[in-house]
Order: sequence, then C-alpha cells, then structure tokens
Amino acid sequence: MDIKNVAASGTLLAIGIGFGISSVFTMDVGSALRMGPGYFPLILSIVITVIGIAIGIKALRDTEVFHPQIAPLRALAAVIIAPILFGLTVRGLGFVPAVALTSLSAATAATGQRPLVVLAITLGITVFCLGVFYYGLGLPVRLIGPWLGV
Amino acid sequence: MMDLIGNLGLGLSAALTPYNILFCFVGTLLGTLVGVLPGIGPTATIAMLLPITLSLSPETSLIMLAGIYYGAQYGGSTTAILINLPGESSSAVTALDGYQMARQGRAGPALAAAALSSFFAGTIATVVVAALAPPLTSIALKFGSPEYFGLMVLGLAASIVLARGSVLKTIAMVSMGLVFGLVGTDINTGAMRFTLGRPELADGLNFVAVAVGLFGIAEILRNLETTIERTAVISRVAGLWPSRADFKAMIGPACRGTLLGSALGVLPGGGAILASFASYALEKKISKTPERFGNGAIEGVAGPEAANNAGAQTSFIPMLTLGVPANPVMALMIGAMIIQGIVPGPQVATEQPVLFWGLIASMWIGNLLLVILNLPLIGLWVKLLTVPYTVLFPAILAFASIGVYSVNSNTFDLYVMAAFGVFGYALSKLDFEPAPMLLGFVLGPLLEEHLRRAMTISHGDVSVFFTRPISAGLLTVALIVLIVAFLPNIARRRKQIFVEED
Repeated sequence: MDIKNVAASGTLLAIGIGFGISSVFTMDVGSALRMGPGYFPLILSIVITVIGIAIGIKALRDTEVFHPQIAPLRALAAVIIAPILFGLTVRGLGFVPAVALTSLSAATAATGQRPLVVLAITLGITVFCLGVFYYGLGLPVRLIGPWLGV
Repeated sequence: MMDLIGNLGLGLSAALTPYNILFCFVGTLLGTLVGVLPGIGPTATIAMLLPITLSLSPETSLIMLAGIYYGAQYGGSTTAILINLPGESSSAVTALDGYQMARQGRAGPALAAAALSSFFAGTIATVVVAALAPPLTSIALKFGSPEYFGLMVLGLAASIVLARGSVLKTIAMVSMGLVFGLVGTDINTGAMRFTLGRPELADGLNFVAVAVGLFGIAEILRNLETTIERTAVISRVAGLWPSRADFKAMIGPACRGTLLGSALGVLPGGGAILASFASYALEKKISKTPERFGNGAIEGVAGPEAANNAGAQTSFIPMLTLGVPANPVMALMIGAMIIQGIVPGPQVATEQPVLFWGLIASMWIGNLLLVILNLPLIGLWVKLLTVPYTVLFPAILAFASIGVYSVNSNTFDLYVMAAFGVFGYALSKLDFEPAPMLLGFVLGPLLEEHLRRAMTISHGDVSVFFTRPISAGLLTVALIVLIVAFLPNIARRRKQIFVEED
C-alpha cells in the first residue's frame, strides 16, 4: 500500500463527495441550458471524486514507504494558534494585546529559545506593528479594547 | 508610436508622484527583505505582504505590489546566488552558476550581473507591454463568453503542465480551487453555496486569507521542519562591479534572454519559469565553452535572470488586457484589484487609463529602484541572511494576521487563514501543489459565469465552444497541452527538469 497516495485519495474523496452531495441536495442543479447554482460545482466535484478514485486504486496496489518530514508539534500548534489568537482578541482586548499575544505564540514555536529572548522578540514586533500599522498606515483599530475596561 | 510615448508619459506622470515613488520604494524594499529569506519565493512574499497594501488607494497599492513583486524576484536571486537556496523554480536556474561564482569569490559580479541584466530586460519588456497592451485590449473587447471560457481553460491547462508532480493531482488541485472559489452567494440566483450556514461566508472565502494560509503559513511550517544551515560563503562579498570582460560576456545572453522571456511570459500558466530554463539551455548550446556552465559562467546568470524578469513583466499582459491571470502572482494581483473595486479586464485601459498606464510605468520605475536599492545595499541583504529565522517568522505571522484582518475587519478571515495554512501544509506533504489551486480559486467564479452565459446564448448547445474560431482554437490548444502532459516521455522529461531544480 502506498500510504501517501491513499491519504491523497482520501482527501480528494472527502472534498469531492462532500461538495458533490451539497451541490445536489442543497441547491438547484438545473440543466445545461439553464445552469443552476449547483451545476458547475457538481461537475467539479465529480472530477475531483473520479481522480480520487483513480489515485486510490493505484495506491492500494503499490507499495511505497511514507515518512514525511513534519514540523514539530509544538511549532505546528504555535504557528496555527497565532492568527486564531489574534482573531479572538483583537476586538475585545484591542490591537496592542492582540499583536503581543500573536507574536508571543509564534515566537514560542521555535524550540530552545530562552524566555527572555522570546519576550524581547514579542516586544519588538509589537512596537514595530504599532508604528507601521497604526501610526503609519492609519489602521482603524482600538489600541486597548473594552475587555480591559477602557 | 506617438500614442505609445503619450501613453507612457501619462503613466510616468501618474506613477512619478513622490507619494507613489515612496510606496514603490517601500514595496521593493519589503519585497527584497522577505524575498531574500531562504525558501520563500515571490508568490509567498506577495501573499504575505498583500494585506499591507490594501489600505492604500488603488493606484498606489498596485504600484506598491508591483514593487514588491520585483523586489521579491530579486531577493530570490540573491539567496540563490549567495546560499544556493532558490525560493522559486525560476531562480533555481540562477543558482546553478551564480552559487558557483559566489564560491569562487565572485559573488559581487554575480549579483551585479543579475541586477543589471534584470534591469535591462525590464526596460525592454516595459516597452513591449506598452506596445502590445492597447491592440490586445481592442481584440479582447470583441471577446464573448465562449472566448473567455476557452482562454481561462487554456490558462488552467498550462498551469497544470508547468506544475511539478503528477498531472492527475494537479487537475484535482485546479478543480478544488475552482470549487472553493464558488463558495458564497451565487450571483445569478442569490442562492447560498457551501456556506455551512455561516453569514461570514456569504461573500465567499476571503482571497487574501486563503492565499496567506496556503502559501505564507504553509511555507513557515515547512521552514520550521529543520533549522536552516547557513553557509559561510556569505561573509565575503567584495568587488561588486563586473569587469569589462564580464560585461562583454553578459550583453549577448541578456539580449537573447530578454527576447525569450518577453515572448514566453505572455503565455498563460507561468511562462517566466519556462523562459529562464529555456535561456539557460540556449546559452549553453551556443556557447563556445559549454563546459563552463555549472562552474560559474556569468552567461548562465545574466541570460536566465534577463529572461525571468522580462517574462515576469510581460505576464502582466494577459492580466491587464483580458483580466485573466497568467500565473499565481498575477492571480494575487487580480485579487488585489477586485478588493480595490476594480474589475480586471479590457475595460480598465479605457475607463481608468491613469491606473493602467501608471502601473505599466511603475514596472520600469520598480526595476530602476531595484538597481539603485540593491547594488549599494547588498551588504545589508547579506547581513539579513544571518538574522535568525526565529526572529523573522513571528514578525511575518504578526504582519500577516494584522493584514488579513485589515481587509474586511473580519475576524472570521483569520480562522480561514489558519485553516488553509494547515490544509496547505498537509497538501504539500501529499505532493499536491498549491499554486494551481490558487489560480483556480481566482478563476472559479469567472469561469462559471462565462460558461453559463455561453450556454444560455447557445440555448444549451455545447458546440458553441467549437464553432467560434477563437474559442475553438484556444480549447484545441488547451487539449493538446493536456494530452502532451500525459505523454509518457514528456512526463519523464518534466520529472527530470523539476528534479534538477530541487
């Protein structure tokens, strides 16, 4: 079995079938003359699904080792959480704390950093972003948000 | 001819305001700054910096984006020459001889050769764009829906052939991009599509969030897999200026590279990459001493760099005249235009001549700024390569987050960005290439719109695409291109080319 392409096939099947079902059941497919909202997505879903099946059949027959190099879990989590954290806090806490939290999260992604260095990076980025985006580009944001009682 | 000069004059007067020059300068600076980072190519650079430009006026923002583009290209070449880590396939060719020159202590002349031949190519290609754009625009105004449909299919087919890896997987990626592009309200009926009941998705997935996730975040994750080794070559960059003999050796390749690049860049689907490969092969073939190639031949730097830059320039032609992006970078440009409220297409030239010609003129200004900026600042870029990645990527993430948020002041976009980051990273591990997907994402709504219109006009008869000569021609070429990609010996050669560049 070729694990990598089994996974690839699975991804395609999930997306193809998911979008396909949604096109058929939640929208009007219509006809070639009067294409409904579901017509074009349905065609694309079928293409994706068929390719998924083709790759899957071949992958099940092949034998292939799959040892992908993957970023450390800590880095993965820290990088993904950074923008989410920004989204969760920018309204409530305000721009400055949100940027600080985002850079803090991102800076902890790399292993073997001393806490002081992480803090220095965070501080530097926050000050820089404040200068560039707020004072420089005039981004309409609240610096400190309502959650902090301001 | 007088028209050409008049138009370029209009463009120059629009682009040459101190304000625009400032942002073009900042764009080239930032573009180089990010582009010089190992492993980050022009597409990722633009995706990361795109949000910053959106708060500016349309002209200024596009001019700045063009600056970022050229800066990123040049930054990529710098990294390729100094530490042999090309950020995108087009600068992979530069690394072949550029890095060898650097190892022989000739990094300075290599960098200068790259900058000067790029500038030369950029100057010529700007004139080519200015000369070709108006006639093509008037042809494009005659295009009906079947023609547009054919053209977009051809663009997607070309992007499939030029992507590395499995053809089937790339077709799947394009289709996936198209279907993701359809998320949101259907313009014809007002029906909600794939919005999962989230009102935030009614306007579709935010393009910037998708692009930053797919390229920016996924790229950062790839870079965090290993600590990047930085080789010592970079400590010595002395004697920047090429010798007289170097100049003599550069002129021919730069001219031929410019020609090749200008011609191939117009092709949809990433002609610039093709151009630098073609130029390298050509120079090696006609050289009296082909054995020097791969061992530090300055011709092997000058030719491909000129070809690459000329191609980068002329790839604006299909975007400006037809509103159809030739490659992922142009897809980003179109995305930016749409966010600014400009509908890309032939009408831009007639309705907004200042914007249109300003952009063309700014291409040349961007190239000029690059030479002015890079030659004296090479020492700085070299230093930058020694700044640890652990400091740089949190900053890039913070910029990207702020930028994505600033597009619509919508926090949901940040979650989309994170999700597409993970998705993009997973896809790259499964050998799917994200670039064709982004192209599909931008073209999705357009392609559907023209398909629907064509079918309505023809009363549901598919033959409309094959009875109109232009669309029949375009679709036939697209079909041939796809069949060629599936031919076994071409497939093998594609594999070879892309293995070589890795």
